[in-house]
Amino acid sequence: MLKIENLKYIANDEEILKGIDFEFKKGKFYVITGHNGAGKSSLAKCLMGLYKCSGKVYLNDIDITDKSVDERAKLGMGFAFQQPVTFKGVRVIDLLKISDKPLKTYEDILLKVGLQPQEYLFREINNTLSGGELKRLELASVLSRDIKVGIFDEPEAGIDLWSFNNLSNVFTEFKNSERTTIVISHQERVMALADEIIVMKEGKILTSGAKEEILPLLNV
Amino acid sequence: MNDINDLEKYMLNKVADLDSKPTGAFNLRVDGVGVVRQNSANVEIVPKDNSKGIDVYVKPNAKKEVVYIPVLIMQGGINDLVYNDFHIGENSEVIIVAGCGIHNHTEHNSEHNGIHTFYIDSGAKVTYIEKHFGHGDSMGKKNLNPVTTVYLAKDATMEMNTVQMEGVDYAIRTTKGKLQQGASFVVNEKILTQHNQFANSIFDVELEGKSSSTKIVSRAVAKDNSNQEFHSNITGRCECFGHVECDAILINNAKIIAIPQISALSADARLIHEATIGKIAGAQLEKLLTMGLDEKQAEDFIIKGFLS
Repeated sequence: MLKIENLKYIANDEEILKGIDFEFKKGKFYVITGHNGAGKSSLAKCLMGLYKCSGKVYLNDIDITDKSVDERAKLGMGFAFQQPVTFKGVRVIDLLKISDKPLKTYEDILLKVGLQPQEYLFREINNTLSGGELKRLELASVLSRDIKVGIFDEPEAGIDLWSFNNLSNVFTEFKNSERTTIVISHQERVMALADEIIVMKEGKILTSGAKEEILPLLNV
Repeated sequence: MNDINDLEKYMLNKVADLDSKPTGAFNLRVDGVGVVRQNSANVEIVPKDNSKGIDVYVKPNAKKEVVYIPVLIMQGGINDLVYNDFHIGENSEVIIVAGCGIHNHTEHNSEHNGIHTFYIDSGAKVTYIEKHFGHGDSMGKKNLNPVTTVYLAKDATMEMNTVQMEGVDYAIRTTKGKLQQGASFVVNEKILTQHNQFANSIFDVELEGKSSSTKIVSRAVAKDNSNQEFHSNITGRCECFGHVECDAILINNAKIIAIPQISALSADARLIHEATIGKIAGAQLEKLLTMGLDEKQAEDFIIKGFLS
């Protein structure tokens, strides 16, 4: 599905990713974990093309190494940022409408992430929204698109009032629809949803495998 | 209205959202001449003696009135100066849709200088919508210099939504207000300049009455080699509240100078100014790229929202 070979990423003369090989399989749920600075978010951004890196990236056996971010998005990749941005004057519905082939109605998408459509659909995405609301909208923006691979950078972070059931339901639905889910997380409850866990350390994959094998090693 | 051509209809739609003759009070000025005029039961439009403008009278206590007074300049070489005075009766509620569109396909400059003065009686509520638009590729400039002066009596309110769309080569936009006790003046301004265009927005609001308030929010996008200036001064002479905010996006080689000034002449005046100018945030572009928009589409999306 999504395969990387010898992926390296250098920033400020420091090697952040030190040659990573891995294959993410179709319909599987992966959690990438590890200490701060291990390279998790860098790996996620390299997969999406947000960071320029060396090595190879294949999506369904097509070499997408030189594809731009929007080209990768058009090929079916989606990305939820750890820190969502605001857009002055842009309403929630404007952002969701970017998808020309939404899988669900905009109302259904908002309900999926625990936001009431009548309250949020025509609301401006500005700093009157709380961090938790912005995180949910970030997730909604990914759900609005017909994607094959969803990459989520700490989707549960920093949201005290987040109903974890919403997030769990979203990921379960992803899995059931044969989409590949890649989540950066430190949280055991997110790892409990995973098929496989990838543990990173100092820019490399320390270990990976089924969650039943990996979780006991993590002492979480 | 039946006599206007398709281009005039297009321009009218752009500046006043009109597809046909409205039912309420209406005055259409084309190339310096009033061509259509109609009154309503509560609104009377009277031409000035020298044909250089109109007086609009809204009766006291009139409700839900909508007045359209668009202006079109359809030729090159026209310099139109018009004085429009609005006399808004107490406790009335009215929406006034103005706006000017210039179409110029000649090498001669065309210009419209609309001098609008509002006398708003106590308790009246006015919503003023003004759009400016330039159309036609030509050497001749399309210049618009609106001057809006607002006198708000006790507890009167005015919300002014003013937009300068594409195509205006040169604009000096002046807005002045004097507010009595409890009056409120809200201005939302949106300006887009591109190519080598220039726009200067000047606001001068005096809060003279106790508990009067004003909020001026200007959002500007300057592209290419265009230049914009923003000058505002809110003067508070008593217990009052004023807030001015200039928010601008720069693209390419454009330049913006913003000078928001607040003058508190009383210890009870509470005045705030903010100004933010910068290019489009990289994080915003990245988010939209991950949703499948290319860089140009992402930029257009952000600008459209910002100026909406």
